[in-house]
Amino acid sequence: MARDDDSIIKVRGLKKSFGTHVVHEGLDLDVRRGEIIGIVGGSGTGKSVLLQQIVGLLKPDAGRIEVFGESVRDTSPDEYRRLRRRWGVMFQDGALFSSLTVRQNVEAPMREQLHLPDDLRETLAGIKVRMVGLPENAQDKYPSELSGGMRKRAGFARAIALDPEIVFLDEPTAGLDPIGAAAFDRLIGQLQSALGLTVFMVTHDLDSLHAICDRVAVLAEKRVLAVGTMAEMLKIDHPWVREYFHGPRARAALGPDATDEVG
Amino acid sequence: MTVSDGTLAFSGDLGIDSVAGLPHDLGDASRIDISDVGHLDTAGAWFVLDCKRRLRRQDEIPVEGASWAQRQILDAVSQNMPPEDSPPPQRAGLAERIERFGRATVGFARIAVELTGFLGQVVATMGGIVMHPRRLRITSLVHHMQDTGLNAVPIVVLMSFLIGVVLAFQGAAQLRQFGAEVFVVDLIAIAVLRELGILLTAIIVAGRSGSAFTAAIGSMKMREEVDAMRTLGLDPIAILVVPRVLALMLMLPVLGFLADVAGLLGGAMMAWIELGVSPAVFQSRLVANTDVWHFLVGIIKAPFFALIVGVIGCYEGLKVGGNADSLGRLTSTSVVVAIFMVIVVDAIFSIFFAIVGV
Ligand SMILES: Nc1ncnc2c1ncn2[C@@H]1O[C@H](COP(=O)(O)OP(=O)(O)O)[C@@H](O)[C@H]1O
Ligand SMILES: [Mg+2]
Repeated sequence: MARDDDSIIKVRGLKKSFGTHVVHEGLDLDVRRGEIIGIVGGSGTGKSVLLQQIVGLLKPDAGRIEVFGESVRDTSPDEYRRLRRRWGVMFQDGALFSSLTVRQNVEAPMREQLHLPDDLRETLAGIKVRMVGLPENAQDKYPSELSGGMRKRAGFARAIALDPEIVFLDEPTAGLDPIGAAAFDRLIGQLQSALGLTVFMVTHDLDSLHAICDRVAVLAEKRVLAVGTMAEMLKIDHPWVREYFHGPRARAALGPDATDEVG
Repeated sequence: MTVSDGTLAFSGDLGIDSVAGLPHDLGDASRIDISDVGHLDTAGAWFVLDCKRRLRRQDEIPVEGASWAQRQILDAVSQNMPPEDSPPPQRAGLAERIERFGRATVGFARIAVELTGFLGQVVATMGGIVMHPRRLRITSLVHHMQDTGLNAVPIVVLMSFLIGVVLAFQGAAQLRQFGAEVFVVDLIAIAVLRELGILLTAIIVAGRSGSAFTAAIGSMKMREEVDAMRTLGLDPIAILVVPRVLALMLMLPVLGFLADVAGLLGGAMMAWIELGVSPAVFQSRLVANTDVWHFLVGIIKAPFFALIVGVIGCYEGLKVGGNADSLGRLTSTSVVVAIFMVIVVDAIFSIFFAIVGV
């Protein structure tokens, strides 16, 4: 298991409820520096809520969340701002600012956090837009003029605008066609190794899990039920986990051998 | 960043925070050395590669001393450098501004044409409903009549009452100088009945219901409900537009009438307090001196204003595209255009009534 010092994100005893509806209780999770971790779980098990708590958009009821060894909850606004610069978040469907062009969207965090000359900022934003594989003519388009896949790429470009150490991705390949999703997986993998990113990825896409995730964390019963590599997941004996990793879709994604050897 | 022996050497952290401050003068180097660089991010990598590009000679200039991670970043960035000959993104010049102005003008003309077409469609659909009254969606019509009519009564009445008060107060101040206080009745009657009552009601309704039409239809458009209707063989104009426009056309005259009454009451009250014109005097002078045509001129305009507000509100709603931004923009456009058109049409009516002499 991870030594404490190489976990970049550390969640301990997290509790979160909305009214009487308890979403997380006693949730622990470690994310190691430089890995791609995939978070899976049924719809409504609180994957997005977990992500939002880690990045400080939601306040946990109890528990500790440390990112870069600092508690996200107990920071002063100034420290939080410094901390926030070191991660990037990509929301489901990109959450781009619809009144800004793609490049302006990528410039937005730079404009907010740094004082750069205009032309330098535009150049750097342009590089990020190209890096995520958007064509040159997409730079000055508005989000509504892009396809869903392009919007996701643009959202990813905005998430990596400030060269973060961690990127949080909420269902990055949901709603993409299989080719687009595979391309997006490759893109995440490439940029992860080029920029040395740690990637925290909520996903339902078994192909992504298989193709790029170093480890998988399963969210069920209000906590992280299991963490490990795909191979380890296949050996876990829990109804939901079995159903998930041994179902017909899993078989298709992983190939029959992978599921049969334990099944 | 130093140059010595033909080597451009960088040291320290090279990142997005530091590149802006680095000098642009490179001197003359044939090698780039980054072995002393600590942290390198994409901005730093871009700067190194940009130096390399600007130093370009016959042969490639090597970048030396990069660690494995730095090499990865340099490679990733070098594949995505801005095209070399691209001029820096330009600020809008004069020619461009003129062009934009021209485009906006043509765009405005195009909107006018489209709007007229849409108006035709709505009127044709309404005509069809007159022929086949059973096609009218009664429930929807009544709902919108309540929404746009009944619920607007308090604000319309209050505003009109206050306008009457203000008119009487200001008019009194002026008329008193001539000892012609009693003409305040004519002033209020003509101003409220002929123009202000209905004009201000139309403006309030444009802000209240026109914008609501755009927002409601626009968000349906955004969620593809309108397209779904079309594929199910339902006509969005008959279902969404006609009940709204018709409700407005029925209710605006009523609201206008209430506004007239409230305006006169406000004026009468102020005339009494400020000038001592008793309600009885006010009433008899109103009845004796004010042609009923003043009232009719106001009310005749109401359905036309309603048509304008309703049609523009629905039209802008149906124009909403896929994003939240266009919904907001078109909602405000709808209100602005509707108010503008109401005032233009009011002016045209003034000319018309002046010509026919009422
Ligand atoms: N702001 C909120 N207020 C109340 N309940 C919420 C809120 N956000 C999420 N929830 C609830 O928390 C649960 C987990 O939601 P979420 O994290 O979005 O699920 P998912 O795992 O599909 O991303 C759901 O049952 C949802 O209804
Ligand atoms: Mg979610």
